Amino acid sequence: MKISNARRRLAPLAVAGAAALVLAACGGDDGNSDDANAASDDTANSDNSSDDDDQQDDQDDDTQDSAGDLSGSVVVDGSSTVAPLGEAAAELFMMENPGVRVTVGTSGTGGGFEKFCNGETDISEASRHIKDEESEICQTSGIAYEGLTVANDALTVLVHPDNPVQCLSVEQLNQIWAPDSNLSSWDEIDGIDYDAALDLYGPGTDSGTFDYFTEAINGEGGAQRTDYNNIGEDDNTGIIGVEGSAGGMFYVGFSYYVENQDRVKALEIDGGDGCVAPSLETVQDGSYSPLARGLYIYPSDSALEKPEVLAFVEYFINNADPIAEAAGFIGMTDEQANEARAQVQTLVGG
Amino acid sequence: MSTDEKDAPPRTARTRLAVAGARATTESVFGARPRGDRVSNRLFLALLLLGLAVAMAGLATMIIWAIVEGSPRLNMDLITNGPSTLNIDQAGYRPAILGSIYVIGGVIALILPLGVGAAVYLEEYADKSRWWNRLFELNIQNLAGVPSIVFGILGLAFIVRQPLGLGFVPAAGAITIALLVLPTVILASREAIRAVPPSIREGSLALGATQWQTTWRQVLPAATSGILTGVILAVARAIGEAAPLLLVGAVTFVTFDPSFFSPGFTTLPTQIFDWAGRPQEQFQVLAAAGVLIMLALVLVMNSFAVWLRNRFEQKW
Repeated sequence: MKISNARRRLAPLAVAGAAALVLAACGGDDGNSDDANAASDDTANSDNSSDDDDQQDDQDDDTQDSAGDLSGSVVVDGSSTVAPLGEAAAELFMMENPGVRVTVGTSGTGGGFEKFCNGETDISEASRHIKDEESEICQTSGIAYEGLTVANDALTVLVHPDNPVQCLSVEQLNQIWAPDSNLSSWDEIDGIDYDAALDLYGPGTDSGTFDYFTEAINGEGGAQRTDYNNIGEDDNTGIIGVEGSAGGMFYVGFSYYVENQDRVKALEIDGGDGCVAPSLETVQDGSYSPLARGLYIYPSDSALEKPEVLAFVEYFINNADPIAEAAGFIGMTDEQANEARAQVQTLVGG
Repeated sequence: MSTDEKDAPPRTARTRLAVAGARATTESVFGARPRGDRVSNRLFLALLLLGLAVAMAGLATMIIWAIVEGSPRLNMDLITNGPSTLNIDQAGYRPAILGSIYVIGGVIALILPLGVGAAVYLEEYADKSRWWNRLFELNIQNLAGVPSIVFGILGLAFIVRQPLGLGFVPAAGAITIALLVLPTVILASREAIRAVPPSIREGSLALGATQWQTTWRQVLPAATSGILTGVILAVARAIGEAAPLLLVGAVTFVTFDPSFFSPGFTTLPTQIFDWAGRPQEQFQVLAAAGVLIMLALVLVMNSFAVWLRNRFEQKW
């Protein structure tokens, strides 16, 4: 009596367990059959790939007629700054190539390179160039790569909308952000007459934005005063901080300024040749200096042997403008696009 | 003669003293009390209510914020569509919801046998006088306090890469999270097993049942409701984890439905975390709506578990 009772009571658990097993088994089957499909399609496509190569040169326009029957997967990982770009590219690419599965991860530039040099991803996204110690790991595991510029960004210095200051020179920025700086008020900056406490916001020290800004302004990557509000990876916090503080200052990627123009003001930057405001034109013609930066993707040579990865990278370069616009970044110049194409050629041909 | 006296109501000096003492005690507990006691009593009650109010206010603020902020996006797109950067207003959480369900399903399938098994060994079989059993106990208690990111690194090194080499798949995420919440389940299951009266075991053993039969047919059914409480706590923690999953391969942009053993998956917390930090306001609205989906998912899972637990509730 007692025993059968216990059995009956355990029945739902047994059912749940069985369901879980079935679920897992189904998952396994899916995985296997997908892999099998991918493998067979790879072989089917391998004889097309030479055709693709021939077509590359005249593929400057958007259409990729031969690519519609591609399949397989493209694994992209890396910088969370570049991720919106990769996602927009993936989305547009998959509309034309529904058989290809593109995934985009956000392990960070450093974490992305770690996986990339371990052969676990096809393309690594980065908001800075690969470091020497990272490229050594890639070399030991035999992974060759090229860093392609796929878009541009303007590091934008944001202040409160009521702040009368319009422009700061690199020297003045350095005065504020230098590692040994102890300025606490705006009127302590040379040539500024604005009486408000200096309230500094900046990204966390792991971020590529931090590396680039400190390199450009303080001359040494990673060197910056430490008594600022470290907002970590959440850039929206910096916007909220500056919006609520008359003497606030924050530096961040251009897209965060574009989305919040009614809440904060962007300063013009004087890199030695007069004040220049951040914009699409000033970044592309190179006059917004030194705070304009490139955003990169690093495809590996072995990944580019897969036709779907090659097609994705080419699509990325050929459609850089709509992709950058969708993601809130600034597109490539023609020279940058041509250089990126040449780099792909060396990886594929070399 | 003496026996007659004992049967009659006792009226000796000693019993009178005892009765007076009992009366005084009763009065001091239930009767009118000094003013100071009443005040401190009220204060304590007020403190308890304040604690409850703070907890409830925090929860209510979060839910109301999520509803207000996320309300423009509360429609079917939210659960039937995948992520989109081009078309944020139609983006949704479909792959993230499925990914979360896969990972949590895997976690439950792993922690139930492993957690309950470990607890049964430690409570019913382990010889506490052996040093290694005490070492196990100590380590399980310590593991419950290890930060989750450490388990993420462990998962990346040993489950995603060698020796298990599963790759960046939902199964690897499930194993990692299962290891993370296993101590919770073991500790709760041990408490539940310990609460089963020894008389139940002794009765079963006395009737000739083996130790295994006693454990499986008497102790475990009696402890099920306590074990399920532990599982509810563990699952609630597991479903909210984002950091370790990022390390073992949860990405932030997957447009296809995941499957358990193939790469390319995401979960609700990772997707919400990513979108909350985007510059576009539509993404932040989407993140708030995602919080509501997650609350709903937790509520559904916990309701099922509570229903199960009530079915197994045992009284002696």
